[in-house]
Amino acid sequence: MIDIFSLSVMDIVNWSLHVGLAHFLLLAAVLFSIGLYGLLTKKGIISTLMCVELMLNAANINLVAFNHYRPFQDFSGQLMAIFSVAVAASEVAVGIALAFRIYREHGSIHVDELNNMKG
Amino acid sequence: MNFWAVSTEIFILVIMTVALAVDLVLPKKETRRGIGYLVISGLLAALVYTFGLYHTGPSMTFFDGLFLEDNYALFFKQLFILGMLFSVLFSLDYVEKNIKSPGEFYTLLMAALLGMCVMASANDLLTMFVGLELMTVSFYVLVGQRMDVPDSGEASVKYLVVGAGSTAVMLYGISLVYGATGSLDFAVICRSIQMVFSIGLAGIVLVMIGFFFKLSVIPFHMWAPDVYQGAPTPVTALLAMGSKAAGIAVFMRALYAAFPLLGGYWIPLLAVFAAICMVGGNIMAIRQTDVKRMLAYSSIAQAGYMMCGIASADAAGMKAVLFYAMLYVFANVGAFAVLTCVEVYRGGTTHTHLTGLAQSAPLLAAVMTVSLLSMAGIPPTAGFSGKMYIFTAAVERGYLWLAFIGFLMSMISVYYYLLVAKAMYRDLTPEEETANTAFRIPFGVRATVLLSVIATVGTGIYPELLAMLTNLASQTFMR
Repeated sequence: MIDIFSLSVMDIVNWSLHVGLAHFLLLAAVLFSIGLYGLLTKKGIISTLMCVELMLNAANINLVAFNHYRPFQDFSGQLMAIFSVAVAASEVAVGIALAFRIYREHGSIHVDELNNMKG
Repeated sequence: MNFWAVSTEIFILVIMTVALAVDLVLPKKETRRGIGYLVISGLLAALVYTFGLYHTGPSMTFFDGLFLEDNYALFFKQLFILGMLFSVLFSLDYVEKNIKSPGEFYTLLMAALLGMCVMASANDLLTMFVGLELMTVSFYVLVGQRMDVPDSGEASVKYLVVGAGSTAVMLYGISLVYGATGSLDFAVICRSIQMVFSIGLAGIVLVMIGFFFKLSVIPFHMWAPDVYQGAPTPVTALLAMGSKAAGIAVFMRALYAAFPLLGGYWIPLLAVFAAICMVGGNIMAIRQTDVKRMLAYSSIAQAGYMMCGIASADAAGMKAVLFYAMLYVFANVGAFAVLTCVEVYRGGTTHTHLTGLAQSAPLLAAVMTVSLLSMAGIPPTAGFSGKMYIFTAAVERGYLWLAFIGFLMSMISVYYYLLVAKAMYRDLTPEEETANTAFRIPFGVRATVLLSVIATVGTGIYPELLAMLTNLASQTFMR
């Protein structure tokens, strides 16, 4: 384990300059967390979809980064990322169509105003 | 490339394409009922065809093992096709009356079925993900097909937001599992020792949370009641039997084939969540007056029963889950056929709409009662044998407390199932008597309810036939 408190400034600079797998994973984790936070707090359906997109792309970064740092040649991670891009696109297409529909019916695209059904 | 391995999927794809083409060719004013008949006959042929694919030798694979056509997958495919067949059959009138574009509706149903079949055969996280998404995205649209009811759009939006979020969580989990093991193949993941490191464990936890969302396991169930209530009734039926069974199929395959070495982690977890599901689902179902919403909570409880079987993690538990999933289809088909018919004639599915059904349509009232009793697990019906298999498997694995909770909750569930029976069979006041007009039961509904009640009672009295099929199904998996 690395003791965080004994790190010098130079250590941190070194770590930041030599980009490796950990950087990509950190980026992906941060993106995922931002997306999850937005998904839980945002009210409009468009911004909700954007947050889902962030989460999916975090996973894509993970897949591609893991794939790149594999010891042997193999493309399954990149393939998976391509498939997930396609899936995300189809999901967003349906989401936008639904946004149109509920705008026509309710006059707004706020998800929290949709509370007709309870129980 | 062995194309025979994907022949069932090609079959369904052809039905889907033909349905779409016919819809485009037909003039706008023409009724779309013919497409329904076409889909029914196609699915019937597919169902007969899949019986020929059962085998005792090595299973066929496609695309370098990404896709596995073993008896387990075949069993689930037959289950999906059967559920879809009956749903289309009993909803012919409903679709004609309430759905704006029936041709697209049937096409989307076939797309969802295709996704379910791919899920059942998935032998790799990639296939699993693609199948899951094909099914779920089709269902987002299907749930919103009632253009005249605002609830339908609301349900669709809720399903989309929760579903997309859970997909993202699952994909992140898949990426972590890939990072830990370096492969998406179940067989390689199973052999990989790196799964026990924290990154692999985080991955499996996120993948399981994704599945829990799809199966509407209790802390992740908020979407289920609203979606079940708002969706068109045949789609609700398919969500309850098809979507849930597909989730169970691929969940069980992933746990047994990819993560068996981590059983020490996920078996107790599943047992606890199964208990929460059984308790919560059954308690919350008690105060519902809309039968569709009640069946949503009941389906949460049914997922709990099936998870009991998965938690026993052996051949007996697996057979019990297969058995239960199939008889749940029989019971659901009966109940939803009645609900669809009632909704077409009376415009709703609450207890008030069902009042006096025993006088106006005695057949429907009787079938509804038998189906609900089967879900509750009362002896002459199939539900009893199914629950007995599941709880026996759990007890043999040492989960006596789980079986006890399941038993207790089954008894509680009888109460709210019988509330529906009471609404249908109680004596009517004179005003209600005059308002209670008899209605014509369409042939499709009549055929469906009779077949479902025969299957339910028949399997209850003579479970060996279905048990033999589940034996065959688990044979190629557990070796």
